[in-house]
Amino acid sequence: MFFSRRMFVEQRRWLTEQEFVEMLSIAQLLPGANGVNMAVLIGYRLAGPLGAAASLCGFIAAPCAIVVALALLYRHFGSVPLVRDALSGMSIVAVGLIIAMGTKIAHVLQRRVLPWAFAFAAFIGVGVMRWPLLAVLGVMAPFAIAAAWKGKM
Amino acid sequence: MDWTQLGGLFLYFLMLSFLAIGGNASVLPEMHRYVVEVHGYMTSAQFAEMYTLAQVAPGPNIMYIPLVGWHIAGWLAAAVMMVATLLPSATLTLAIAHLYVRHPKAAFGIAIRRGLTPITIGLVFASGWILLPAVSQDWRGYALAALTVAVVMRTSLNPLWVLAAGAAAGMAGLV
Repeated sequence: MFFSRRMFVEQRRWLTEQEFVEMLSIAQLLPGANGVNMAVLIGYRLAGPLGAAASLCGFIAAPCAIVVALALLYRHFGSVPLVRDALSGMSIVAVGLIIAMGTKIAHVLQRRVLPWAFAFAAFIGVGVMRWPLLAVLGVMAPFAIAAAWKGKM
Repeated sequence: MDWTQLGGLFLYFLMLSFLAIGGNASVLPEMHRYVVEVHGYMTSAQFAEMYTLAQVAPGPNIMYIPLVGWHIAGWLAAAVMMVATLLPSATLTLAIAHLYVRHPKAAFGIAIRRGLTPITIGLVFASGWILLPAVSQDWRGYALAALTVAVVMRTSLNPLWVLAAGAAAGMAGLV
């Protein structure tokens, strides 16, 4: 997602930041993996049903092959000390990238108490308390949508 | 892993795909909870490694899902988890994409999107919070993570370079 935001919004400028975040929200609203949903949404938005199909296939095919190759490499070299060190360094950066993405998309939140309270509550519930996602979403989503419906965020 | 467990995995991921208001952002903490905390199929550090491997690969970062499956029980589990994850989403998204392009300003759609955006942001930070202790136990690791955030926020450097720098720092024994 980090890379696709960078390409569609910052480099190609096919989508505005607002469009991207809205599509991201829809993608997340829908069941399924949001990367794939984003591919379908963006493909459809730019070129209709065929665009959606092309986008999905392109999105999945090459990465599947690459991931197979990576898994094989990991099986053969995963225990080599130098590889382990490199992987642990990269893992830390990968987590840093997640936090950076959160920070970037948090810019779309309005400077009001309620949206930040919902973001904080989701973080505490799933991240700190480790409650199941089903429970957290089941409780929070209706309130969040109701609040947005009434124009409070 | 026997057929019962594999079936359980399939059903769980089918269920998860219906819960997923975000492939990476929101499924990751729940998957971590299931695979590491509930079933102990792998350690938290191994989970983070699978996630990282998928990050290095170009393409969608949901690719860590088949990698985790592969780590648990080989290719069959990888395929099972991938199909369970993709099957419902592509179909439904196409239908919703149709509605969204036709009615981008539908008030209820906007309310749903506005309402869920803060939750999504909270879940992204939850992913970082859960994985950080798995990838590093001392201040140097936290410093590298903080440095990554700073670099990404301040520059438009391709994140792959940042990942490469992380690999170099790891090999040099800095973290």
